[in-house]
Amino acid sequence: MNDKILYGYTGVFDSPDEIIRAADKTAEEGYKKFDVNTPYPVHGMDKAMKLPPSKLGYAALVFGLSGTVSALLLMFWISVIEYPIVIGGKPFFAFPAFVPVIFEVTVLAASIATVVTMIAVFFKFPNLSHPLHDTEYMKKVSSDKYGLCIQAEDENFNENNVKGFLAGLGAKDISPVYYDSEEISVKHVLLEPKFIGILIVAAVVTSGTVYFGLNKLMFMVPFNWMVDQEKTVPQEASTFFADGFAMRPPVNGTVMRGTLPYQFKGNPEDAGKFLKNPLPQTEENFTLGKMKYDIYCSPCHGYFGEGDSRLRGQFPNPPSLHSEKLRNWSDGSIYHVITDGQNIMPSYETQLTRQERWATVLYIRALQRSLNAKESDLE
Amino acid sequence: MSSEETNIGYSKKELPGSLGKIGFAILGIGLVVVIVSFFVDHTRAAFNNLIMLMFLTSVGVGGLFLIALEYIAGAVWSTPFRRVIEIITGIVILLPVIAVPVYLNLHDLFHWTHEEVVQGDYSLESKSGYLNVSFFTIRVVVFFALWILFYLLLRKNSLSQDVTGDQLLTKKNIRLSAVFMPVFAVTITFSSIDWIMSLEPHWFSTIFGVYYFSGTVLAALAAGTLAIIMLNEKGYLTKGLVKDHYYSLGALLFAFTNFWAYIAFSQFLLIWYANLPEETFWFLQKWEGSWMIISVGLIFVHFIVPYFGLLSQPSKMDPKRLKLMSIWILFAHWYDLYWLVMPTFSKEEAVFGWMEVAFPILTVGIVILAFVIISRKKNLIPVGDPKLKRGLDFRL
Ligand code: HEC
Repeated sequence: MNDKILYGYTGVFDSPDEIIRAADKTAEEGYKKFDVNTPYPVHGMDKAMKLPPSKLGYAALVFGLSGTVSALLLMFWISVIEYPIVIGGKPFFAFPAFVPVIFEVTVLAASIATVVTMIAVFFKFPNLSHPLHDTEYMKKVSSDKYGLCIQAEDENFNENNVKGFLAGLGAKDISPVYYDSEEISVKHVLLEPKFIGILIVAAVVTSGTVYFGLNKLMFMVPFNWMVDQEKTVPQEASTFFADGFAMRPPVNGTVMRGTLPYQFKGNPEDAGKFLKNPLPQTEENFTLGKMKYDIYCSPCHGYFGEGDSRLRGQFPNPPSLHSEKLRNWSDGSIYHVITDGQNIMPSYETQLTRQERWATVLYIRALQRSLNAKESDLE
Repeated sequence: MSSEETNIGYSKKELPGSLGKIGFAILGIGLVVVIVSFFVDHTRAAFNNLIMLMFLTSVGVGGLFLIALEYIAGAVWSTPFRRVIEIITGIVILLPVIAVPVYLNLHDLFHWTHEEVVQGDYSLESKSGYLNVSFFTIRVVVFFALWILFYLLLRKNSLSQDVTGDQLLTKKNIRLSAVFMPVFAVTITFSSIDWIMSLEPHWFSTIFGVYYFSGTVLAALAAGTLAIIMLNEKGYLTKGLVKDHYYSLGALLFAFTNFWAYIAFSQFLLIWYANLPEETFWFLQKWEGSWMIISVGLIFVHFIVPYFGLLSQPSKMDPKRLKLMSIWILFAHWYDLYWLVMPTFSKEEAVFGWMEVAFPILTVGIVILAFVIISRKKNLIPVGDPKLKRGLDFRL
């Protein structure tokens, strides 16, 4: 049995109170390298074992702060140097907008790095096994017993003394734990040169392939056929047509579907003479006319066509629509003003369809009659 | 009962008479200067009085929130010193009195109370269904009544448990607390809107209630922590309070310091980003002249200092550090309220003079004296509470 290397001596206890007392005594006895294994965290254990406060917090602090700094630099680099765009009129270095990102990265860096540090430093990763694993002792302390293990590494360790000491504490099942000889001779898989070599090759191959695929392959024949076509793309001059335009202007006289050009452009006399209102005087048409009039005309002409603009002098007040002149105008003349505009009154050709324009004319007629009724209206 | 009392190591001790005298003296000095200030410049005094009102609301109503939280969550760690917070909470009874001078000067504080201002102002006209003096008055009265009512009920049950030890009283208080919680949420939100946000009636921020709430809880916690540690050090509480209890108080203070910063920044970020003139003017106002220094100072006073002051684990257990930080946080809350309220009084420059000192002095006097009077003839720990023993055994 001498070829086995001793890891430590273990003993188990029945209750949390006993284990606390035992840990306390062990620490008092001067043992430093010992550990306690319990099925659940036992309150007051840190104090009993006289453990110094954990230093893990410093790792969290350092990594957290480096997260803060790198996030700030990242945001700065992206939004000020690499890709400055104005967003909402804010300066490029829009610090308040960076704060959430900085905060998130800080928390992320701190928490991930803390866990990784814990695994690396305290669990001694890449060490995957522990001598206490797979022992009777571990089976007990992971169900209903509370165990104490004094390690052979401790400078005060002496096999017989420790055995006696544990017995004195009232421990049961006092037994030695040895390193597993197989595990000692096996080197860490993760540290083997072959494994590391494969890891490096795999990393180089994957990243190389991805780089090649995305940055080179896409621009090689035949993969670039989709991109390089014989056509003019936006922001590019055509090499086919002499004027550099890719699209041809329509033939003179082309008319957009569903529209007719206004044939009396700039010719109010003829418009007044030849145009007739095609719409019958139905309630439907008056309602349509009123709606369009209220939307498009009333801001300047007033709801009742009296020229009482709501624009409060920000636009010259138009004349009344109830004037003698206008009452005697033909429908066609009014239609012409709407379609073509008149002096500073703009054209409403694009906002109103032909039918809507005629309906508005109908409504204006109704407005006029409301103030200046004709004799015949009485009938 | 005596066997139980020795069990938990508590023997009733009255607070020394000198404390009452000190409180009385501070209150007297403060009161005289405050009365003078109302004669010198009643508008400015009213603004300061408003700060005082909101500060004491924070401490009092925030305390009620902490008590209700303990009952609802079934927390045991805070049971041993719940009575101290209950006593501090007693100042809710005084709130109506403190509100009177503010209410009498309503016209100087809130310009939505002027009909000629509201008329023709589309925004104010639309809000006038809520912001009008009669509805305002109703709200104020109802809120005060609700707070006092819940204070009296919770206190009554807690006190009679000292004598009877009846466990059902805890159950009753749990029910009361569950009812109080939504009441608290609504009342604290709308009081902050009524008393502070409506100082600038054109301005609005949907997170404002939460903002005030975060300060409220901080102030109540800080006042409680300060009182608990001082009483415990002088031996007025039990021996059972250990650093695990202190740590929990410190951790809560730390957590709510962060919560306040989170909410304050959220409010700022959205307004800054959206850049709507009807929202940004409120912050721009606080960037005017020397207000800028106060605004930047707020970040340090209310966040950076308490954050680093309470960051490390030992500092949350160190009674000296905790006392210092509690006082600091109470100061920070006052500072916050000053920052919220005073720019409406003096738009161009931050003002600070003897008046701004007098009101905090009066506040300290009121709190000390109220504590002495309310705690008279009472146990300072809830001796009949079934959770007390477990609370004393609490370890992290
Ligand atoms: C931007 C303001 C504005 C709007 C909107 C507007 N108008 Fe005009 N309108 C004017 C002005 C100004 C004049 C006078 C132009 C001139 O100096 O001859 C005028 C003149 C007229 C005239 C001729 C009056 C006359 O005595 O010579 C008619 C008819 C008319 N508008 C109808 C309409 C109708 C119908 C609409 C709605 C489709 C409309 N206007 C919308 C400003 C407006």
